[in-house]
Formats: sequence, structure tokens, C-alpha cells
Amino acid sequence: MSAATLLAPDVTAPLINYFAYLFDGENWRWASSSIPARLLEHVAYTLVTLLISAAVALPVGLFIGHTNRGAFLAINIGNAGRALPTFGLLSLMVALIGIGTLPVLVALVVLAVPPILSATYAGIRSVDPSAVQAAVGMGMRPTQVLFKAEVPMALPLISSGLRSALLQVCATATVAAYVGFGGLGRFLIDGLSTNDYAQVFAGALLVAVLAIALDLLSAGAQHAVVSPGVRARADRGGRRTSSSAARSTGRTHPHPQAPTAGTPRQRPNERPTP
Amino acid sequence: MIDYVTANRSVILEALAQHVWLSLLPVLVGAALALPVGYLGVRYPRFYQPIVNLGGLIYSIPSLALFLMLPAVLGLQVLDPLNVVAALALYTFALLTRTVADALLSVQGQATQAAYALGYRPVRQLLGVELPMALPVMLAGLRVATVSNISLVSVSAFLGVTSLGSLFTRGLQLDFLEPIAVGIVLSVLLAAAADTCIVLLQRRLTPWARVSTR
Repeated sequence: MSAATLLAPDVTAPLINYFAYLFDGENWRWASSSIPARLLEHVAYTLVTLLISAAVALPVGLFIGHTNRGAFLAINIGNAGRALPTFGLLSLMVALIGIGTLPVLVALVVLAVPPILSATYAGIRSVDPSAVQAAVGMGMRPTQVLFKAEVPMALPLISSGLRSALLQVCATATVAAYVGFGGLGRFLIDGLSTNDYAQVFAGALLVAVLAIALDLLSAGAQHAVVSPGVRARADRGGRRTSSSAARSTGRTHPHPQAPTAGTPRQRPNERPTP
Repeated sequence: MIDYVTANRSVILEALAQHVWLSLLPVLVGAALALPVGYLGVRYPRFYQPIVNLGGLIYSIPSLALFLMLPAVLGLQVLDPLNVVAALALYTFALLTRTVADALLSVQGQATQAAYALGYRPVRQLLGVELPMALPVMLAGLRVATVSNISLVSVSAFLGVTSLGSLFTRGLQLDFLEPIAVGIVLSVLLAAAADTCIVLLQRRLTPWARVSTR
């Protein structure tokens, strides 16, 4: 494909051109740089990084949330992490450590820790204090209070933090192809450097589909681990599509009524930087 | 680092200026689109869940992938900064529609009933009561969107679009730490400055709520 085609994709050309690379069976046959291999590589790196980050961030977040010591750190690390340019951090690590897998993994872990940590902290703090007091009153030890009362009720927020980190890592692992990292980002970078827009487009589409699939799968996992009682409560607080409530009270008010007044469900962690 | 900055002042300033408009213009566009759509989700509850789901879907697409898919969708050149503006506006929109809807829902209740009882018509109630009261939550969402936009713009250096991200690629190509450090510092400072501006704006706009939203 010529340089001119890359710089100005011809919109009048049939769309099939963009899919040439993606639908070429040759690219799907197993080889070290084939689509399945890159896909597997991407998923493996993402999951390994997420595991390492969770191993670091979860204990710290649980500790800070349970004892409320160092709350300042937990709140601000989330904001600071969002302001840090992912590509800049990646470049810095490579400049400091050198080209290779290690600097990329370090950068990915540094990016994934803040969302998990601050969500875990926020989750534990959001647990109803009377439930915690009831647990203490029943004679639970501090660790039992944490793992039998606080963690189960904080799970929706904790898992949303993990899901944020998952997307963050998946996205940044793509960018990391620029510094020689494997995974699906290779198609984007190699395609750009060889002016092969079909390859770039195939890579971009695969990355997008993978990210959405990971997000949906993790949503399913969250649904599976969160206790139905906690889930119902979160839904009641979060959805507020209560036109039925307004109808049942016979109000003719033009706007739907929320069942409970107050602030919307706290989502301190919002969503990750894509 | 000082030497690098003085020697490359014009390059750095140009990158910074580009970075500012590439990150802030999409915030304006995205917010302008999110307001009516978010309101739609409140006015017609059956749209709420689809809107939230769509936002989540858009937001989970990695930025580099979106930057590189948009040229095909919009028929633009890969190098065109408009791709970056469009992609970031999409993210802002995805994030803010839900925030707007949740913010408006959080005001429903006694305040709106009081306004209704006082004879406020729907439009006046929306503009005079619900929007102002929803401001703290909406502006909190705007802060998140602005800060993440500023950190995301750097990725557009891949497409050859000038921004602070160009300092990162330059540093990597020359194996040179200074431009990378300068880029990170400026990007974080810019994010902090924009965040502070929105907080000050919020203080001005909501004098009745002197407490922070978080």
C-alpha cells in the first residue's frame, strides 16, 4: 500500500479494503506473529500484570480501609494515577531501565495499582458502620470483621476497581508495542511503520473487541462473586429508573421520582483512562 | 533539565499549546453533547440503562485503537488532529452522559417537589432548580474527564500529531531522558491546573455548597 493511501484513506473505495488484513486466513494460521499468537500474548501479559498489581494493591487498600490509617494516600493516589500520562510513564521506564519486558511490566503495574487501591479503600469505607458494629458485637475478631463483613459488602466497588485496572492495563499494553513490547499493539505499530493501514485497522479493531470482551467477562465475574443481597442494594441505589414508584404513588409529576433522595451511588473510581 | 528547557523552549511551548487545545476542545464538545443525552436518560427512564451501557462500551475501547480506527470511520487522514479531538470527545461524552443523568436524578425529590408546588414549569424547574443543584456532581465528572483527556492526548504522538507526547517519542528515539521528564511534568501540571480551575469555577457557581463534592 502506498504512502498516499495511508495518509488519505480513500473513502470512496469499498470498505472491504480495511478488512483485508483481518480476513486474510494466512494471518490467522499459528505462527509467532500471527493474530492468535498476538492475542494470546496480549491476554497473558494483561492478566499477569493485573495479578501482580492486585497482590500489591488489595492488601494495602484493605488495610487502609479497615484502619482508616493513611486515608489521604488512598484517596490521592487514585487522582494522581489518572493525571499521569500512560505513554510518558512507559517512555520514562524504558529510558531508565532499557528496552525489554521488565520496564513495560513495571509501568503497567504502576498504572494498575492506583485504581485498585483507591477503589478497595473506598469500598471498605462505604460499608454501613452499623453492619460492622453488629459484626463486632457478634464477637468477630478484627480479621473476621474484615473478611466476613466488610469485604463482601465492599465487593462491588473493589471489583469495579479491578475492572478499571484491567482495561487500563489492556490499553496501555497496546501502547507498549511502541517500545518493542509484544501483543496486539504490534499490528498497530508495525502497520503504521510500513504504511499498511489494513494491518493497523485490523489491530485496532482486535484491541477494541478484546477490551470490550474483557470488560463484559469481568462484569460477569463480578456478578458471580457479589452476594445477591449486596447486589440488590447496589442496584436500588444505582439505577433509580423508578417510574413505577412515581406511578404507584399516583403523582402526576412530569419527572420520574427517585425512591431515595440524596447523592447518587458513589463511584469514586469512575472508569479508567482508556 | 534546565539546559534542555532553555535550548528547546519554542518546541516545548508549541507542544504544550497543542496539548492544551487537543485536550480541552473535546471536553467542551463532549460535555455539550452529554447534557441533552443525559437529560434524555432522566426524562425517559427506559433510555437510562441503554445510555449507561453505550457509555461503558465506548469507554472500554483503548485510546490508541480508537485513534487509529476513526480515520477509516470518518474518512480523515491518519495525521489529522481531528481524529484525536473526535476520539477524546467520544470518551468525554461516554463518561459525562451517565454523570449528567445520575446528577439530575440525585436532585429529584423534595427540592423538585417544592419547585413544582411553587408553580415552576418544567423548563424553568430544569434550568432554575435541577441543573444548579446537579452542578457539583456534574462538575466532579467534568474534572475526571478533563484530567484523563490531558493524560490521553500524549498517545496521539503515535499518529504524528504534535502534543507533549511528541516529547516522549523524541526522548525514546534519541535515548534521552530530559524531554520525557519535561513532558511528564508539564502534563501533570496541566492536569492539576485544569482540575483547580474547575474546582474554583464550582466554588463560584455553587456558593450555597461550601463543602467539596468528595
